[in-house]
Amino acid sequence: MEENACEAALAPHYQQDQYGFGVRKRKGGKAVTTDSNDTFGSAQQPSNGTSTSTSTHGLNQKACWQPPRAEGYQSVCTLLLVTVLSFATRFYKLMEPDHVCWDETHFGKMANWYINRTFFLDVHPPLGKMLIGLSGYLTGYNGSFPFTKPGDKFEEHHYGGMRGMCAAFGAGLPVLAYLTVVEVSGSTSAALITAALLIFDTGYITLSQYILLDPILMFFIMAAVFCTIKFYSYTHRPFTTPWCVWLVLMGVSLAGCVSVKFLGVFVVLLVGLNTAAELWELLGDNTLSLTEVYKHVLARVCGLILLPLFLYLTIFTVHLNILNKSGPSDGFFSSSFQSRLLGNSLHNASMPEYLAYGSTVTLKNHGVQGYLHSHSHSYPEGVGALQQQVTTYPHKDVNNLWLVKRAEDDPDALSDLIRHGDVIQLEHIETTRNLHSHVMEAPLTRKHQQVTGYGANGIGDDNDFWVVEVYGGQKGDLVKTIRSKIRFVHKNTGCVLFSSGEQLPKWAWEQGEVTCNPHDKDTPSFHWNIEDHSNPKLPNISLEVLKPSFLEILVESHIVMFKTNNGMKPKEDEVTSQPWQWPINYQGIGFSGTNETDYRVYFLGNPVLWGLNLACLGVYLLMVVFAAAGLHRGCIMDAKRHGHACVLTGGGGMLFLGWLLHYLPFYAMGRILYYHHYYPAMLFNIMLTGITLDCLLQNVDLLVKPPYADWALRGGQGLLAVVILYSFYLFHPLSYGMQGPRAHEEGSPMYNLNWMESWEF
Amino acid sequence: MAGPKPPWTVKFEINVFLLVVTFFGLLTRLYRIQFPRAVVFDEVYYGQFVSLYMKQVFFVDESGPPFGHMILALGGFLGGFDGNFVWNRIGAEYSSNVPVWSLRVIPALSGALCVPLGYLLIQELGFSYITALIAALLLLLENSLIVQSRFMLLESILIFFMLLAIVSYLRFCKAPRGSTVRWLWLVLSGTSSACAIGVKYMGLFTYLLLLGLAVHHVWDLIGDKTLHLAVVVKQTVTQVMALLVLPVVLYLAFFYAHLNILHNSGPHDQMMSSAFQASLEGGLSRITKGQPLEVAYGSQVTLRTISNKPAPCWLHSHKENYPVRYENGHGSSHQQQVTCYPFKDVNNWWIIKDPARTSLVISSPPRPVRHGDIVQLVHGITARFLNTHDVAAPMSPHHQEVSCYVDFNVSMPMQNLWKVEIVNRDSDGETWKTILSEVRLVHVNTSSVLKLSGFLLPDWGFRQMEVVTDKVYKGYQQTAVWNVEEHRYGRSEEQKERELELNTPTEIDITSNLSFISRFLELQWRMLSIKVEESEHKYSSSPAEWITMDTNIAYWLHPSTNAQIHLIGNFVTWTLANIALVIYSLLFLVHLLRRRRKIQDISEESWRQIVESGAVCVGGWAVNYLPFFTMGKTLFLYHYLPALTFQILLIPIVLDHIHSHILRSHSQRRAFRAVILAVLCAVFVAYYSMSPFTYGHVEMTPDQLAKLRWKDSWDILLRKR
Repeated sequence: MEENACEAALAPHYQQDQYGFGVRKRKGGKAVTTDSNDTFGSAQQPSNGTSTSTSTHGLNQKACWQPPRAEGYQSVCTLLLVTVLSFATRFYKLMEPDHVCWDETHFGKMANWYINRTFFLDVHPPLGKMLIGLSGYLTGYNGSFPFTKPGDKFEEHHYGGMRGMCAAFGAGLPVLAYLTVVEVSGSTSAALITAALLIFDTGYITLSQYILLDPILMFFIMAAVFCTIKFYSYTHRPFTTPWCVWLVLMGVSLAGCVSVKFLGVFVVLLVGLNTAAELWELLGDNTLSLTEVYKHVLARVCGLILLPLFLYLTIFTVHLNILNKSGPSDGFFSSSFQSRLLGNSLHNASMPEYLAYGSTVTLKNHGVQGYLHSHSHSYPEGVGALQQQVTTYPHKDVNNLWLVKRAEDDPDALSDLIRHGDVIQLEHIETTRNLHSHVMEAPLTRKHQQVTGYGANGIGDDNDFWVVEVYGGQKGDLVKTIRSKIRFVHKNTGCVLFSSGEQLPKWAWEQGEVTCNPHDKDTPSFHWNIEDHSNPKLPNISLEVLKPSFLEILVESHIVMFKTNNGMKPKEDEVTSQPWQWPINYQGIGFSGTNETDYRVYFLGNPVLWGLNLACLGVYLLMVVFAAAGLHRGCIMDAKRHGHACVLTGGGGMLFLGWLLHYLPFYAMGRILYYHHYYPAMLFNIMLTGITLDCLLQNVDLLVKPPYADWALRGGQGLLAVVILYSFYLFHPLSYGMQGPRAHEEGSPMYNLNWMESWEF
Repeated sequence: MAGPKPPWTVKFEINVFLLVVTFFGLLTRLYRIQFPRAVVFDEVYYGQFVSLYMKQVFFVDESGPPFGHMILALGGFLGGFDGNFVWNRIGAEYSSNVPVWSLRVIPALSGALCVPLGYLLIQELGFSYITALIAALLLLLENSLIVQSRFMLLESILIFFMLLAIVSYLRFCKAPRGSTVRWLWLVLSGTSSACAIGVKYMGLFTYLLLLGLAVHHVWDLIGDKTLHLAVVVKQTVTQVMALLVLPVVLYLAFFYAHLNILHNSGPHDQMMSSAFQASLEGGLSRITKGQPLEVAYGSQVTLRTISNKPAPCWLHSHKENYPVRYENGHGSSHQQQVTCYPFKDVNNWWIIKDPARTSLVISSPPRPVRHGDIVQLVHGITARFLNTHDVAAPMSPHHQEVSCYVDFNVSMPMQNLWKVEIVNRDSDGETWKTILSEVRLVHVNTSSVLKLSGFLLPDWGFRQMEVVTDKVYKGYQQTAVWNVEEHRYGRSEEQKERELELNTPTEIDITSNLSFISRFLELQWRMLSIKVEESEHKYSSSPAEWITMDTNIAYWLHPSTNAQIHLIGNFVTWTLANIALVIYSLLFLVHLLRRRRKIQDISEESWRQIVESGAVCVGGWAVNYLPFFTMGKTLFLYHYLPALTFQILLIPIVLDHIHSHILRSHSQRRAFRAVILAVLCAVFVAYYSMSPFTYGHVEMTPDQLAKLRWKDSWDILLRKR
């Protein structure tokens, strides 16, 4: 212990007063020892280096030494500077290009739908799109621009408001990151490095300048992280007003994250883990009674679970109430859901009440979004019999129409109305083939039978006979339109018409597979209901369709969202972005223009800064291992060193965890991925870079003697500033538009900057 | 009295229990393993690789690293198997040249040794010999483990190495510091981890668990201030060497052995690059031996794509032209078709021509083609120029059509200049090398890139693959990169002579030497990147079904009777294991929370024991089970067996804890012991009842079969009479 080797390694000739000298100089002669800042009022501040070395056990972040922070007007000035720069970079050339860029075509359309109150389906929760729609509405956009495809000129339409709102959210990022890093590390210089890295990153600028969900999402993520950190700084004063305020704000930002994109759950996970760790600390504190611990738990349950849940539900309610008109993707939803929508054929529908022979119907599956569908194409060679394909298809189409016919060999069917147990045939109206199944493997689900369209002019064979069964019904029950769940049992083989949920390949236009399932289970994929129904012989009556309750609507819209999301698989032969490509900035996304004459915007992070961030991630890991080992072994360090070790393991650890949580899950995701999915993770990386570089520079005195150390510190900071600004100068055309020849040709402004072959600007 | 010991004494201890459980393990696993003398389940899959090993023929198996196959092949080697058997059908009778016993004995031995390893593991965790004995008994009577051990399959070997790795690491941790044996245990642990990974990638999960244990161990060392820093560093470095470096080296060694044993070309050659194929005996190397290295003007070459999707193929052209109009109505240039053809053919030959000269033969000295040079490509047999123009390609209309130029005098000029870009060049002046260079052919007029579209042409194109040029070329695409596979210097000026020349096989040769590392990297990458088509198997199942044993796999059915072998576990043991897992989790949680509030129910020592055994058993179960939920591939019940092994080992631990910490009075303990005894009897009964499915030796009546169908979801075969 006495000859502890790491003492020599980590605490060389460095005296307290020398350190004081360094800092005093930096702060312009302010006193260092007292901490008048309210936030850290009772943060324990060991009086000297030796006392810290004894308190290694049960160290948490707050027990650590905190360097003093800039106060008063100085901090306000820096904050102001960061804010101004950040808004300036985001709003500069905001209105250019004056045409639709990249995914604006989607989110712009959705804004239209909100403004026109048309119902639509999207994989993201509604908040982000509602905000875009709202900002458009408030700034005089009337929802009439079609956003058909990237490159369409906006002309007289007011698109500035929507872009401006996104840019404002995007401009909030550096400010929040600055404040967070100040709070985590207590070092203004670290925070400034972080803010500069964010402000001058071309990727974040580009991503903030268009009508996209990402700036909004990232703003809420940053806000959640900031509130969490702020909340922890009041740990020693629980249940006071600021403590409660930050808790509530934390809950609000979490609700915001999840309501913009489901990717927001990663930050929920981060906050959850941190909260669990904090509660664990409280539980271990035997000075607290169990009742008090319960109070703490309850407060967090209310603030971090119930409040966000309530907000999320509220937002969804608003969403569902705004969108009350029928739209393009109604078919993805159940019949009862559709009946809510004005203009849908099921809204105040009037159709025959009971199914009868001669009816023309569409059949909707309960397990999979889609109607029973067929079209005049056969299964390809090698996939069962060469007969006509039968699939499920979520959109409304004439090929979804089927005619219900009497099976000739069914003597029991006396009346025209169809009853439970009757044998029927279903004839596809467009192609006049009958729904058919036989003992052949289904195309994908090999254990099931193939279902085909067979015969011609409605004449097939006895494999076309299906027994109608009403779910939960008895023999003789009538089949009600919409409300009856029915199953079709194949008469010859006993299997049941089934939608497997698998997606067929290109030869079937990626529609859903329909099979005949020999294993009868009680799952929704076996159940169908009649949706559209017409029969000239029967009177139409107004149907009192069961109005679904709010909870049912909510659950259904989520099920549909998740199913659609999981269905976003990369198509065959499509070049997709891989997660490993992201941190190395392997490939960006062309936002606008491809040709020489076009105004081109290429979405790519500033390569110099990204390289720096990636390197710092490695340096951080190295540093934190040594810092943690040093703390764990109880090495003797002076106060400053100890403080840095604490920052690296405490706040740095949290940020690193945030990076992991926002990055690693993508490796396990089956859906199609894009480069911009990395940006939330990059936020954490950038904050970590700020802390790492600052720690590195502050500890340069381990290598050189004091007066030079200070110079080295200043020099390092200066160099960093130059690197950031110069690289921004080099690469700013990526965000603010390039024209003229492409980068691999001489004469281009970006000539020689095409460092990677995979970049395309 | 006792004098000094002579220096060479060996103290010998025999644990009779250990011997007994080993004996019974051998008995249950080795009993009549040559029955049935027919291909059982996945033997049909592994068998083909054993045969290929016997013949030393190269193959690629994407399912796992080669060490497992090698072990199975060792059995064949020892039994004198010549590899002559057609592995095509489960249930096929083995011919007399197949040494069934020696092929199956290695997995059976590994399976048998898992029983004493289970015993040792529990003992290493600090439990009594009775507890260890219960563990061994449960493993011994686990039908699923027995079935899986008795045939030429890999799971029992995998489980053996996993257990060995953990046991030896625990030994290492518990051994007194400073003894040499201790380091041997550590090395053994690293070695068996590598073996486990070498048998199946799945071994990686247990390896990660082991690393977790090691990190925790090292962390404790760092915190231990009684140790000098040098000691800590030394310990850390040794563990890193043994647990990180050693496994990597061994893993490479497996591949080294694999590549050295399999030096003949074989059925999977086509999946590998030309350079790799050239390193195998026979096959391509027979053809390409001694080809000229540098491609020059006048060279006759075949051009192969780097991409293997949908199949490896060569740039090809033939007499037929594109149809004037396609089925979908749009028109073509009606010029000569250019395709990609997956078979060797004389029409795959192209001649590299200098645009500035008319000569089609090699000049002396040969003038090599370099990166950035502009060339023309002349089709050898038809003597037409490779050409592309702004006409939509037949199957992918957004790309340009590629043709061999036919002048129809319809103001469609010849555009046949191609720029050669060597993708894997080191310098810009590099020459184009046979086999080694990967080149991109960029059309000069349109700056589009020659590539494979991935579509098949319809009947008019003989279902060959479509070749197009692509204007928007991004990054590196395998489909757009070509290499010269066969190559010779053209000598004949006359077309007739040239045709003759093209039809004669190339003879002259050079060898291309690939280093082991590049061969390893290519093979490993190929193994990982092969996409197996996801197809549902009759007996495939989802992970959720495993835990309750809702599924089974029929391994074999007697050709005439109802005797059959199934992978079905011991139902009592599986239930016990699930209960044990739940009880353990609850106990752990309760203790954890109570200890946090400084309430000590159990001693520090037993708490540490609980945590450690939980880390090994629950951890082992979790890492070997949970990842399957995220996997898209076809899964079978046997994937659960490693997890199950760890879960079974948890049973005696929980029993021990209940016995010694929860039950207070003597009478309670006595009653509990009686319960344990009864449960063990139940385990035996379950084992015995299921044994007809395990050993497949009983001809059963339909009634008996129905009785054994304990779960409705089990798929028991019934032969119709």
